[in-house]
Amino acid sequence: MERAQCIAMLYPELEDKLVVTIMGASAQELYDLGHRENFFYLQHAMGLASSIGLGLALHLPEEQVIVLDGDGSVLMNLGGLATLARYRPKNLLHIIFDNGSLLSTGGFDSHTTAGITDLAAIARGAGIEHVAAVDSPMDFGEAAVEALERDDLSVIVARVKAVGPDNYGMDLALPENAFRFKRCVQERKAAR
Amino acid sequence: MTVSYDNSKTIFEGIKAAGITSISALPETWLGLLLQRAEDDPDMQLIQVAKEEEAVGIAAGAYFAGEPHILLMQNHGMFGALNGIVSLAQLYGIPLCMLIAVRGHWGEPYPWHTRGGIVTEGILQALSIPFEHARDPEKVGKQIQEAWIFSQSSLSPVALLLTRDLMED
Repeated sequence: MERAQCIAMLYPELEDKLVVTIMGASAQELYDLGHRENFFYLQHAMGLASSIGLGLALHLPEEQVIVLDGDGSVLMNLGGLATLARYRPKNLLHIIFDNGSLLSTGGFDSHTTAGITDLAAIARGAGIEHVAAVDSPMDFGEAAVEALERDDLSVIVARVKAVGPDNYGMDLALPENAFRFKRCVQERKAAR
Repeated sequence: MTVSYDNSKTIFEGIKAAGITSISALPETWLGLLLQRAEDDPDMQLIQVAKEEEAVGIAAGAYFAGEPHILLMQNHGMFGALNGIVSLAQLYGIPLCMLIAVRGHWGEPYPWHTRGGIVTEGILQALSIPFEHARDPEKVGKQIQEAWIFSQSSLSPVALLLTRDLMED
């Protein structure tokens, strides 16, 4: 299974959500499907996408927040899984694409390669009740539908191939993304 | 030396008066009484983190959400949050209002705090993070409000340094 397939399956569902992605391939693959104002791409600060998601979810209970994370980033903020578990926002879905690789920085194996480290087990051990580990598009789709209907904090660890897009680049400066994302969030808030 | 009950109360009242409704923090000794008040206040959301860098992400989420939010941490915690401060807050223009307990400076009896205390101001200067010292309980409320206002207008991290004079009796 490829991450781009999963993101494409998810894409129609993202229009009315707030979406935070990590750097590199995940951000690019989402952007390439068509940027929307409710997407925030964290192009650095590895590990903090889930923390941004937590800050959004706790302060905007009426929104559904989706974080598109990766194994390398999650490994940099394992404590963040425990913080998610402790505050358990009902409106947060944390998707971790596990390609076992630090793909965006040269393709070195990550600690999850060859099953050494099990991120789903770590998420469960951190105290997150609803954790799905999937490795086929059908299972990913099912897990995503279940999570979005669940009304509780959910984590999906999706095992994907270590491949990314051929070209990288966005017509979107980083502060511009932040300003527009904030404006979008505020407009949605005002419209409620 | 004990943590000042009265000044912890004054600081919390200053935070409330500045309109802050949400705090992310990692508990440390000087901040204990302050965070207890935050936890007991039904109108204040306290989010305890496992490591201070998470608080930078949470603060960004709160900023996007339009929730008045500050960070409370020790100076050593700020060191652990530096990449988030630089590569999220400064890179994207996201305000951070940080109240930082400065351990390891004038009068510090504990050797393990000293190196961090000595380098704190230099690190803040190197990162162009504006800072002020809070020493006087009469002034700290106004300083909190000013730190908050400046973080929002500059879209930048700012630091109010909580000193021994203020935090200990």
